Amino acid sequence: MNKSYGTLKAAEGISLFLAPGQILGLLGPNGAGKTTTVSMLAGLVEPDSGEVLVDGRPMNGDSDPAKARIGLVPQDLALVDELSARDNLAFFGALYGMQGRRLKEAIERALGFVGLEERSKDRVSSFSGGMKRRLNLAAALLHDPPVLLLDEPTVGVDPQSRNAIFDNLAELRARGKAMLYTTHYMEEAERLCDRIHIMDHGKTIAEGTLRELTALLPATSRLILELKERGAGEWMPGLRELPGVESASEEGGTLSITLRDLPSCAPAVLAWLASKGVAYAHVSSERAGLEEIFLALTGKGLRDA
Amino acid sequence: MNLQAAAAIAAKDVKIFFKDRRALFFILAAPIAIATFFGFLTSGGGSGEKARIPVLVADQDKSAVSKSIFDGLVKDEALGVQASTEAEAREAVRKGKATVGLIIPKGFGDASAKALFGGGKRPEMALLYDPSHWGEMGMVRGLLTQHVMEAVSREAFSGEAGRKAIKDSLANVSASTGLKPEDKSALTRMLKGVADWQDRIEAAGAGEKQEARGLGIPFDAREEAVTSGKGVVYNGYAHSFAGMAIQFILFAAIDLGAGILLERQRGLWKRLRSAPVSRFTLLLGKALSGAVISLFCLAGTFGFAMLFLKVRIHGSIAGFMAICISSALMASAFGLMIAALGRTPAATRGISVLAVLMLVMLGGGWVPSFLFPSWMQRITLLIPTRWAVDGLDGATWRGLGAGYALQSAAVVLLFAALFGLVALWRFRWEEE
Repeated sequence: MNKSYGTLKAAEGISLFLAPGQILGLLGPNGAGKTTTVSMLAGLVEPDSGEVLVDGRPMNGDSDPAKARIGLVPQDLALVDELSARDNLAFFGALYGMQGRRLKEAIERALGFVGLEERSKDRVSSFSGGMKRRLNLAAALLHDPPVLLLDEPTVGVDPQSRNAIFDNLAELRARGKAMLYTTHYMEEAERLCDRIHIMDHGKTIAEGTLRELTALLPATSRLILELKERGAGEWMPGLRELPGVESASEEGGTLSITLRDLPSCAPAVLAWLASKGVAYAHVSSERAGLEEIFLALTGKGLRDA
Repeated sequence: MNLQAAAAIAAKDVKIFFKDRRALFFILAAPIAIATFFGFLTSGGGSGEKARIPVLVADQDKSAVSKSIFDGLVKDEALGVQASTEAEAREAVRKGKATVGLIIPKGFGDASAKALFGGGKRPEMALLYDPSHWGEMGMVRGLLTQHVMEAVSREAFSGEAGRKAIKDSLANVSASTGLKPEDKSALTRMLKGVADWQDRIEAAGAGEKQEARGLGIPFDAREEAVTSGKGVVYNGYAHSFAGMAIQFILFAAIDLGAGILLERQRGLWKRLRSAPVSRFTLLLGKALSGAVISLFCLAGTFGFAMLFLKVRIHGSIAGFMAICISSALMASAFGLMIAALGRTPAATRGISVLAVLMLVMLGGGWVPSFLFPSWMQRITLLIPTRWAVDGLDGATWRGLGAGYALQSAAVVLLFAALFGLVALWRFRWEEE
């Protein structure tokens, strides 16, 4: 799909495939084109070129029944604050042609799924941010769509609600839903997504599983030491010259060393530091994450981009 | 078209409206309060009495003529006359306590009698007036002319000053060298005839006081307020409620338009657009909610006016309903147009309020359109509010039939269609 606004190319040659029972992470900084991509998939924006296929059939027009096979969880809380949670769901269900017993049962199911049964009669305006996010998800699930598009669904929520949403999404995956999850939180993508699609400036930068993406990096692990004694002399240049060391930096008493292969390189590095009189209070290691991948691919951090 | 979806959208908006007590108060209490106030003013304060124009008279002449003028003015039902001095009258007019101050100068009686027969210079009577009451000033001038003519001619034909004036005029004509002999002869005959009349009046009045006579207005005016029927009194509330009801359904339309922009801002519009619902259905749902809320406003305001202020539909009930429905549709289409042309809710609301006030003002909602200059009356036919207000006036106090009401309703519907088309044309459908 391609989409431009004047001279700005919001999405350029974006191609995505959502499979049942999988979560595809759409990762990129603000302004990368994630929301435009989701909007095209949901039928809110018409691509300049390209098409959206649902079950292999092109989606055609605003009232195409194929749109009912998609559930959208917008980035903004798309709820009516003045109405109760139940009335909100009844309204959204009616838009999908649901009524009577079918609608009532769907409302009960959706409220139960996100754990809001007891607050169903309360006005949404009285809900916390996390509860609103959960109801936002419930509204997209009401018509039981096989495809879910989640546009940054955890923005501004407390850790407890975030975990609850993650549990919900894991269960939906287990039920066979095909999900697209946009975020600029690497931790979320790493935790939830089966495959990750990285975007920047409207273009696809990389796509694959976390393992496949990690393999793109020259360095894959990081050793972190909280220094107790710095030892004698200027040893930093020598550390950077050691075999297997990609980079090293020190900030606020914490030494960070990027290694090509942690198991084989770490013992030699730690021994060399000890020989220089460096003592540390704590040592830990990190696998290279999406932040590093994005940094390596674009030369900038996700949140700085 | 998905009617269930349209109905759900409309029901949602109407439910929100009825949950919002402030909106309810605004849409019902505000038009009722304002319309009641305006109606009270234009209905003569509810007492049935006509308001008198306050006039102060400073009689510096103290002659029979000036006293007669004062008495005539006092008896006039259109005026509230009080004696005053020139300084007091000037101050009262300046402060807005009196509309006109009338100064009758010394020597007015004699001079006016002479001037009547063309034998002297016309005396000057000063009229001090409040410039903000120019229309009333014209009325006072007309009434004054009537009372002065009656008083002066009465004195000229039967009073002492009149006899003196005739005597002086005869002497002037006789001494005149510029007049042709035949003109001089005719004038002398006329003046002597008047002198004979004065002598007869004086002789007849020697025993008993006779009613003095003078020139008067040669007709009597029979005034009749033409309303929907004989005996049906004009009810100023009917017009004020029509104007305010139209104004406030347009305010409700602003809420509709700004509400759509707010839904767009909040992301709710995205969810609506992601459903398998056509654009037309979405707008239809919104238009329906706007129309229902407008009809509620019209029913509430006119219901109050009918229950408590004796406003009645003297024309066609079906016509009245047709105008209400077409006005409600016009208002909701106006709301959609606002949503289509606006960007942010706050900015759009400000501009729209100004536009509505202009529409209602030019549509005759505040002041009846027949008070407008004729060119403005023609131009304002291009404004839907003019047809809506005139249509409601026609159906209520004017008592006009279904034909008039349906014509007004049809024109209002045309404007509704026009606004709707602009909304469809300019609505931004692409969501980012």
